[in-house]
Amino acid sequence: MQGSISDKTQINIESDTHGSHHEAHPDHRIFGLIVFLVAEGMIFLGLFIAYLAFRSMAPEWPPAGTPKLELMLPGINTVILLASSLVIHQADTAIKKNDVKGLQLWFGLTALMGIIFLGGQLYEYSHLEFGLRTNLFASTFYVLTGFHGLHVTVGVLLILSVLWRSRSVSEGESMKSEHYGTNNRFGVEAAEIYWHFVDVIWVILFILLYLL
Amino acid sequence: MTAELTIPNQTAPEDDVVIHHRTWKDYFTFSTDHKVIGIQYFVTGFIFYIIGGLLAEGIRTELATPDADLVDPSTYNSMFTMHGTIMIFLWIVPAGTGAFANYLLPLMLGARDMAFPKLNAVAFWIIPPTGLLLILSFFLGPAQAGWTSYPPLSLLTGKVGEGIWIMTLLLLGTSSILGGINFFTTILKMRIPSMSMMQMPLFCWAMLATSLLMLIATPVLAGALILLSFDLIAGTAFFNPVGGGEPVVYQHMFWFYSHPAVYIMVLPFFGVISEVIPVHCRKPIFGYGAIAYSSMVISFLGLIVWAHHMFTSGTPPWLRMFFMITTMVIAVPTGIKIFGWLATMWGGKINLNTPMLFAMGFISTFVIGGITGVMLAAVPFDIHVHDTYFVVAHLHYVLFGGSVFGIYTGIYHWFPKVTGRHIDETWGKIHFALTYVGFNVTFLPMHVLGLQGMPRRIAMYAPEFQGLNQVCTYGSYVLAISTVPFLINAIYCAYKGKPAGSNPWNALTLDWQTTSPPEIENFEVLPVLTTGPYDYGDTEEEEKELTAV
Repeated sequence: MQGSISDKTQINIESDTHGSHHEAHPDHRIFGLIVFLVAEGMIFLGLFIAYLAFRSMAPEWPPAGTPKLELMLPGINTVILLASSLVIHQADTAIKKNDVKGLQLWFGLTALMGIIFLGGQLYEYSHLEFGLRTNLFASTFYVLTGFHGLHVTVGVLLILSVLWRSRSVSEGESMKSEHYGTNNRFGVEAAEIYWHFVDVIWVILFILLYLL
Repeated sequence: MTAELTIPNQTAPEDDVVIHHRTWKDYFTFSTDHKVIGIQYFVTGFIFYIIGGLLAEGIRTELATPDADLVDPSTYNSMFTMHGTIMIFLWIVPAGTGAFANYLLPLMLGARDMAFPKLNAVAFWIIPPTGLLLILSFFLGPAQAGWTSYPPLSLLTGKVGEGIWIMTLLLLGTSSILGGINFFTTILKMRIPSMSMMQMPLFCWAMLATSLLMLIATPVLAGALILLSFDLIAGTAFFNPVGGGEPVVYQHMFWFYSHPAVYIMVLPFFGVISEVIPVHCRKPIFGYGAIAYSSMVISFLGLIVWAHHMFTSGTPPWLRMFFMITTMVIAVPTGIKIFGWLATMWGGKINLNTPMLFAMGFISTFVIGGITGVMLAAVPFDIHVHDTYFVVAHLHYVLFGGSVFGIYTGIYHWFPKVTGRHIDETWGKIHFALTYVGFNVTFLPMHVLGLQGMPRRIAMYAPEFQGLNQVCTYGSYVLAISTVPFLINAIYCAYKGKPAGSNPWNALTLDWQTTSPPEIENFEVLPVLTTGPYDYGDTEEEEKELTAV
């Protein structure tokens, strides 16, 4: 959510820069995004450590009577999400060569993989034998995966908004220009970095919740 | 927004007066000018300061007598909860980071604005509606569990108020993180090319350390509040022992933010003091590098001391030792700063004007707060006075004697810069005297009350404490009255004060090398560094030259 705000914000600012400032300053948006993701990562780190603390304080973990987690579906989901990180990188490679069609193809594919992941997550939720309030393990399971799922959703929305913008062709004074190109790919890179972030968080989550 | 940033047509050459003045209407817009945003932060913060202050006066009036006769005890609980929350999250954090850093950083670094101006405006505009939401909760049964909101107590005292409290903090935390991104990026990336890190004014170093804490610590509080809101609304039991949860985990997460929050609230003012003292003593700052690096060390150590708030929470002894040692160690970089300031004053031509008086007031009260902090770091002593008025005295010496004195120091120092006019010195000194006396009369006796065992956060107390409590209450009235001369003086002088010129203090940092008030994009031509930020009077001639300008 916040990522999308700053995305739009900074693009507008850049255009303002050309309009009225004396001189443009270098583009710091990627730096700002990474700083933001460090902060976002700290929320997850806090939640992970809380999870480990609950786990270490409990006499038995998961508490007695918790049904065992199925590994098959989340395993496939993990593979899909990890693969999507490679897919989205292809988009970055494409746009560096000014290939908007390639960008659209790879971003479309990434969004699809993200949606499949979310679908798999919902399917898993609906087939689990414990609910949010069953016990401490169940509560942490749902909140952690849910909070991550929220980030995946935001990531998918970011990717879709880049796709939406990539089709718009701004007809300037003299010539037509694409929204994204070799020299204007902040939106693409930002979405990609965010997506990698979501991916890394999932790997840690998967290890914590399913494997440990 | 384009319209605001556009500079009105080139001014005619004969026009010496700055004509790019803001009108009052600009301050009610989604402006992206860092100077407008800085003032928006300050004025908003000050309004909440008055609200929080009135709550404090209510608390003190209630405590003038041992019985709960002014308000009933649960209203009292809400009053101190709201007082703490408003003062921390809606006054000191926005005023310190939001107001001072936004106004000063680009000016000091020679930039035309912050790195992300619109994000900056978003960060500010989160605050007023959120503050109103918190005030609104007064009428819906406000939170009663203190600003720490420990479960399970916070889960038992009314869902609506507590829910609003959690939402308020999440929103203000978001604002704070967005601000932190901006400060961090601006300091690292927006300096004029001729300025290296070691040539930055010390306020920028202080804000670098502060922004790191905002970015690293604030999100963890968000994590704790998310879990707490699930406990409150969805009926989970993360922190509720009844369902197998662990309240202590909340305490760890809460203090992982809320101890660094103390440094978020005071580090910017360490920066302010480092700016003010060399200017008004006409001497180079003593130990630039030591003061700069000690900010970073405080920032790091500030992240590993949090459990000293939890010595009575069943924390294992070895862990208590660790946190006791780190807490005591953090007094070292703080002491380095204090000695740096004192050594700067030593042998300087001290001009005892209002900013300097407040700066000296800051040092004297903050040292007391710092020393009681070291006392509280000692486990055996802390266990004795935990949750007594000794802690209340300590934290007010740090947050009022430190932060609020720092805010006033900064206001009096930069008033000519912001308004282009001098603030009246006589009334400034009256304000200082009333504040200093009122503050000490209010909070000094609380040390004694705490040592005698008077518990905090309770509307009633044993009759033998009444004498000192009445002293505190009278002091608090003086403190309340002290705000009146300041407000009248500041508002009057902003419009009718003596014109100050662009650099009335003959200061060397870049913020003083432009017009007062600074024009819309700060500098007509981007400045080039010719001196260090504090090269005052190294030789007699140099100083004569400087003051002759």
